[in-house]
Amino acid sequence: MNLFSKPTYSADTIHKHDIPEGTWTKCPVSGEIVYSKTLEENWMVVPKSGYHFPLNAHQRIQLMIDEGTFEEKDATLTSVDPLTFKALDTYVNKLQQNQAKTHLRDAVISGIGKIQGQPVSFAVMDFRFLGASMGSVVGEKITRCIERGMELNYPVVIVSASGGARMYEGILSLMQMAKTSATLAYLRQQGLPFISILTNPTMAGVMASFASLGDLIIAEPGALIGFAGQRVIKATVKQDLPNDFQSAEFLLHHGLIDQIVPRLELKQRVGTFLKLMMYKRNHTVNKVASH
Amino acid sequence: MDSASYTLDFEQPLVALKAQLDQLKQLSETSGTSMDAELQAIERKIEETKKSIYTHLTPWQRVKLARHPQRPYALDYIQLLFNDFQELHGDRHFGDDPALIGGMGFFQKQPVMILGQQKGRTLKENIYRNFGCPNPEGYRKALRLMQLAERFSLPIVAFIDTPGAFPGIEAEERQIAEAIAVNLREMIQIKVPIVAVVIGEGGSGGALGIGVADRVFVLENAYYSVISPEGCASILWKDVTKTPEAAEALKLSASDLKRLGVIDGIIEEPLGGAHTDVQACAQSIKAVIDHELKALKRLSTATLLAQRFAKFRSMGVFKEQA
Repeated sequence: MNLFSKPTYSADTIHKHDIPEGTWTKCPVSGEIVYSKTLEENWMVVPKSGYHFPLNAHQRIQLMIDEGTFEEKDATLTSVDPLTFKALDTYVNKLQQNQAKTHLRDAVISGIGKIQGQPVSFAVMDFRFLGASMGSVVGEKITRCIERGMELNYPVVIVSASGGARMYEGILSLMQMAKTSATLAYLRQQGLPFISILTNPTMAGVMASFASLGDLIIAEPGALIGFAGQRVIKATVKQDLPNDFQSAEFLLHHGLIDQIVPRLELKQRVGTFLKLMMYKRNHTVNKVASH
Repeated sequence: MDSASYTLDFEQPLVALKAQLDQLKQLSETSGTSMDAELQAIERKIEETKKSIYTHLTPWQRVKLARHPQRPYALDYIQLLFNDFQELHGDRHFGDDPALIGGMGFFQKQPVMILGQQKGRTLKENIYRNFGCPNPEGYRKALRLMQLAERFSLPIVAFIDTPGAFPGIEAEERQIAEAIAVNLREMIQIKVPIVAVVIGEGGSGGALGIGVADRVFVLENAYYSVISPEGCASILWKDVTKTPEAAEALKLSASDLKRLGVIDGIIEEPLGGAHTDVQACAQSIKAVIDHELKALKRLSTATLLAQRFAKFRSMGVFKEQA
């Protein structure tokens, strides 16, 4: 646990412009004012209240993956505009704006790396990019991440955060749900674990596909997790929603998730699970390799 | 129910012409004069108008037809296409879902498993059927029946017709997202042929939850979409009156779905929509199911599953630098 008491700060991967230096951030739960640099150094967790602000994909990789072991894959996958979609703005413009804003090509970074020495196929969604909605690129990167696990005999760890399917790609987005989930059937057959980590927020199409299919499902405290949006539910059922509705705690109570794990303990916990679930494989590695 | 008793806005010109025709017929009878030429002219005009309306429908007009209160539902087709349909109830854990029905029966003497989302015809029926919006137990029942079909080698026919999975408090408590996700994962490896037909509304994940099939067909005026056009308009336009534009932009109509490679084919409807001639529409569906089941039966299980996976694995459009 003390592994995370003093996280290292790297100016390379945490972009300064995300949080201007010298600013203060207010905790939405306790109202406490935190120096933004302190917050960053604490992996965006408010020290006293324990409130978890979102992490971007780079920060998440830094948090989870052993230093110097991450190797990005499928980095050049880029969204196109298959529907020539135009609402108030065009999809093409939206993509460009989000690329400029985040310096990401799309909403997922994936690759291989180690978690406490255990090699994993890893993917993380970045909510800043169009709400990390799942279009063709997100679906393809998640699918390849699962396939890479099968190819290399690595467990798969995916950190989700998403508003759902990407409307700008219409039905093709919907089909990414089938594609990612179907691929997990084969991972399962091969006996490799999939650990699904749900962060704030993980909703709709992502939740109704791969994110719900972990052998283990772990959530960060207070994360909003669910299928339908709360406004839609309220309008449909015309009654007040429970206070903790669609929170990680609500889902733990209702039996979906295995554990709620605070961010500062997340890497170690996942490491422990991987050691437990990969024990047999790691001790019969020669047999597996000779197949 | 009289099929003329419910008129969509874009069908108004036809109603006016039909009224004119009736008037003229009456006049001809009461006055005793022959008005055959005039009557024929109006009848011709009606046919022309019909053609020009129904062969140039906008996506939003098609959505309206897909939601037409007289549109045939799953049980209507089941009654016409299958013999000795035996409905099976319940997910064996929580309850039975009248919005997602299933059961065994015979199709052309061949035993099959049938699934379908089911709407109600009247308000009372709709309350019972939850307006065709399944709850988690519906998807879990569907999976139970698909696994049953697998054990007894029954091909599966699924009729898709839902505005979406139910957005409710209890649906969330019982993990509607997980129920759908598990179906997506399990359907890909069900070892019997699966043919799905979108007969009305293909509402997002709720539709896909029984839609991971070897062959997916869409009726001419049905739609299949990641979100309802209303939902899309209110999110991306911030204005629900932009629903027709959203329907257009989403490319949710059968011909666009085919062009995007998401479906295998379109089943033609009678001019005016499926409800104007349910028998004829059922026959068109029957021919497609018959043809596809015969073709799929010839495949080995390994080939069947490999092709099903390859189909969904290949979906999506993106670019990648070499």
